[in-house]
Parts: sequence; C-alpha cells; structure tokens
Amino acid sequence: MVGVEATKLRRDPTEILSRAIQPALWMLVFGQVMSHARAINTGRLPYLDFMAPGILAQSVLFTSIFYGLSAIWEKDLGILHKYLVSPAPRSALVAGKALSAGMRGIIQSVFVYCLSLILSVHLDWNPIHLVGGLVAILLGAAFFSTFSLIIACIVKSRERFMGIGQVMTMPLFFASNAIYPIKMMPPWLQAISHMNPLTYQVDLLRSTMIVGGVNNFPIGLDLAVLLGSTVVAIVIAARLYPGLAQ
Amino acid sequence: MVCASYNPPVDSVDSYEPLNLLETKSLTRRFDVLTAVDHVSFAVRESEVFGLVGPNGAGKSTMIKMMTTLLRPTSGTATICGYDIVKQSASVRRQIGYVPQMVSADGDLTAKENLLLVATLYDVPKAERRERAEEALEFMNLADVADKRVRQFSGGMIRRLEIAQSMLHRPKMLFLDEPTVGLDPVARSSVWDHILELRDRYQTTILLTTHLMDEVENLCDRMGVMHHGKMVAVGTSAELKTATGDPKATLDDVFIKFAGERIDESSGFRAISRARRTARRLG
Ligand SMILES: Nc1ncnc2c1ncn2[C@@H]1O[C@H](COP(=O)(O)OP(=O)(O)OP(=O)(O)O)[C@@H](O)[C@H]1O
Ligand SMILES: [Mg+2]
Repeated sequence: MVGVEATKLRRDPTEILSRAIQPALWMLVFGQVMSHARAINTGRLPYLDFMAPGILAQSVLFTSIFYGLSAIWEKDLGILHKYLVSPAPRSALVAGKALSAGMRGIIQSVFVYCLSLILSVHLDWNPIHLVGGLVAILLGAAFFSTFSLIIACIVKSRERFMGIGQVMTMPLFFASNAIYPIKMMPPWLQAISHMNPLTYQVDLLRSTMIVGGVNNFPIGLDLAVLLGSTVVAIVIAARLYPGLAQ
Repeated sequence: MVCASYNPPVDSVDSYEPLNLLETKSLTRRFDVLTAVDHVSFAVRESEVFGLVGPNGAGKSTMIKMMTTLLRPTSGTATICGYDIVKQSASVRRQIGYVPQMVSADGDLTAKENLLLVATLYDVPKAERRERAEEALEFMNLADVADKRVRQFSGGMIRRLEIAQSMLHRPKMLFLDEPTVGLDPVARSSVWDHILELRDRYQTTILLTTHLMDEVENLCDRMGVMHHGKMVAVGTSAELKTATGDPKATLDDVFIKFAGERIDESSGFRAISRARRTARRLG
C-alpha cells in the first residue's frame, strides 16, 4: 500500500519543489527580519536556529493538511470505491495514507535541512537526535494527514474542504510554538497551543534538530501526545472512511 | 462449495449448494425521502451474465453499491456465495470484483502499477503479484502498453484495464456498472468479448448495468428491468419479449413496456450532465 504511494511521489518532483519554496521564503524573509530586529526573545539561541524546526514542522503541516483533498478527489473518480471493495482493512488503508504523508514529510525535511545548512543554522548531527527528528516528522505528518482525512469524510466536497482547510491551517500554525516561544503568548493562546499537537511536534524537533535547542516538555510527553493523537485519529478515520463513498 | 476454493469459509457453506450465487430479499435503500431501491428480490445464477437495465435514476448503481458493500441497505438482505452483505461484508469483499461507473484506474500510474496496487490490496502473495498482473494484462490485450501511464489510454483501454483490475484476485462474481458507456462500437465489442471470455475461462458470474439493448441481447443470459427502484421484470430476453404479448417485440419494446418510457426520454438534466462527464473522462 505504501510502496505504491512512493511511485507517485517520484513521478511528481515539481510538486515537491513548489512546496519547498514556502519554507524558503519564511526562513529567508521572516527569519532574517526577525533576527535583525531581535523582536522575539529566544534566549541564547539565535532566532534562525529557533525558527528552523518550526518552519520544518509548518511545511509538513501545510502539505499534510491537504491530504483529505486527494481523498475527495479519489472519491469523485472511482478510486476510493476500488479501495473500499477490497478486503484490505480500513485501518490499513488509512494508515497507508498517513505513512505516505510521512514520506513526503521526510523529503521536505531534507530540503529544510539543506536550507538551514546554507543559512548556517547550527544543526545537530547526532544520529540519535536525527532519528528523533525523523520520528517527529513522521508522526506529525501522519497525524495531520489523518486529521485532514477525517475532515474530508465529514465535509465530502472539494469546495467545502478548501474553505475549511484554509481557515484551519493558519490557527494551527499560529497557536503553536513554531515561530515564537509559548511564553510570549497571551494565556488564552497558551492554553490552546497546549492542545495543539503541532506544539509537541515542534518541541520534539527543537530538541533534536539544532544544537542548544531546549524543549518545554519532556520528550516522553511529546512522543506520547504525538503517537496517541495519531492512533486516535487513525481509529476515527478508519470508521469514517467508508462513509466517504456513499 | 464453489466459493470455498477461494476462501475456505468457517462453516455452514458445505451444506450450501449455490444455484444462485447472488440472492436479494426485499432489498431496500432510502435516501431521505427518496427510495432509490425498493424491496427488490431477485437472484443471479452461477456463471451467468446478468444485465440490469432501467432509465437513469432507476436505482441500478445504488443496487450495485449495496451488493459490493459500499452502501448499507436500509432494510432487506442479500447474500453473495452465501455470505450476508452486511454481517459478513469482509467475506463478501473477498469473493467479488467491481468496476464502478466512474473511472477507478489511477491516471498517474502505469497499467502494471495499477494492477500491482490492486494485487497488494487483495493480499495476493508477493511472489505471485507480477505474474498475475502480467496474466491479466495479457488477457485484456494490454500487454504492449503495460508500462504506459493510464492517462494516455483511450476509453476502451481504460475500461479493459479496470476489468483486469477487478479480476486479478479471481473473484467468483463481478459487478460492472455501465462498462461500455462512452465507448465507440469497436471498443465496446472488444469489452464484450473480454467479458464473455472471462466468464468462459474462469466461470465468473457477472452482473452488469447498461442502457444499450443490443448489449443485453449480445451479452446477457438473463436480464432485469428496474424502474423507480423496483425490479419490474426478470428473465431471458426471449421470455421478456413474450411477456409483452407482441410476437414481433424487440428489447426496446420490452423496455418501454416495463419501464414505461423510452430510455432517451427519461434522462433528466442531472443524469445527462453526469453521463457526459463520465464520457469525457473516459475519452
Ligand atoms: N448518495 C446519494 N444521496 C442521495 N440520493 C442519491 C444518492 N445516490 C443516488 N441517489 C439517488 O438515487 C436514485 C437512483 O440512483 P442510481 O445512481 O442508483 O441510478 P442509476 O439507475 O444508476 O442511474 P444511471 O443510469 O443514471 O446511472 C437517483 O434518483 C439518485 O439521485
Ligand atoms: Mg448508475
């Protein structure tokens, strides 16, 4: 199931490239301006270093959150029906999609790592930390793509999904610690960001991707939240997925 | 017994001698106020090609979606190979293949990749996947375009590929929803040939829907006419012609008598625009 998704990914390098432009812009423009202005207090960590994991998580989020759209596309053709009449367990179908989102995420990480290297962000090459980062990317992509699939199963039409997708992505991004520390937020926003899995993904990335990155939460908590929410999302999506065909 | 070769059932099927591979009892599906399928009881016999006809919106696709476990019936029951479509849906899925009215092949993949994906979905052992895919391509006359992207295929080739997909796991029963819609006469008769050969070689039981009476005449052993969700007539084309009472009756006359209108008069805007869209996608 997953292997086949890789083929498609290989076929479509333009898409990966166009997705790469956004993080580049964020880091080059927003990152440069902010580090010169020193408007955001990130302790001893240079702002670009602080921001790099956030931008990586963001680019993975922006790709994953539109996975539901491709599911609706598959429904409008007959491809979804083909999947659903097969004896493959629904949870396997959903998990396959999540994993392929994870794969995309890893390709994006390679790009953001290169970008960070060019901008002389202090990357952490400790193998254990690299693996930790990988896990953060995989789980984050899996969660948000599955979350997106759940939305798709509820709204069912491309137009409505586009509307909701736009409305949802920005709050998810801003109500997280991606580009500023949680401590800087007003209390209500802090509360929201504590419920946002993106926060935990960024937290995990920050402690694994860069030298001197500090996490707000214990790594175990980050992992537990990401893993837990992904599993819950997959269970819900597997229940809703057959309804998309009706 | 027949079905047991594929998926050894847990019990009970040994005592079950299926004359009818598919059987429905009062099968009903409502969408809000509309009853798309209304207390339909009929049966499809083993190794026959059964044609389901009826005007647009008669409920043919809804019927197929219930039998392929995509849609739950509102009431009534149906069994395929003795398995209940609701209570034993997983077993049913292992016995059937389905080609939807819409396009179910992935345009971004090649013909072979499409087949390998389906082989994976059906848990065909890894060692056999390639061989099965090649056999299916051969069977459907697609071997020379195996590594071409489906996007470049003609409508007839896509349909044949979709049928190849649906038979990869050697299903006992195949559901084809308007398999020849939007095809030119040459492509259409090629699809017919393949359907018949499929039945002859693998004894596959086939249920298909169509709007073309010559398709029924050429292809189907028996037919059923649906109208407003009801199954209004079932039998061989000869039986149904006799039933009209007119010795010179054609199948068109059968259709008019039982469905109460000509096919082309019954098409509303929704159906027409959908049919056109399907045709365009295929072309
Ligand atoms: N998901 C749905 N929600 C509401 N109504 C539906 C749904 N699916 C089908 N219908 C309605 O049920 C009726 C039967 O539709 P169906 O698609 O089964 O007809 P059909 O016989 O296949 O027609 P066609 O020849 O145009 O393919 C139609 O009136 C259709 O509008
Ligand atoms: Mg139909």
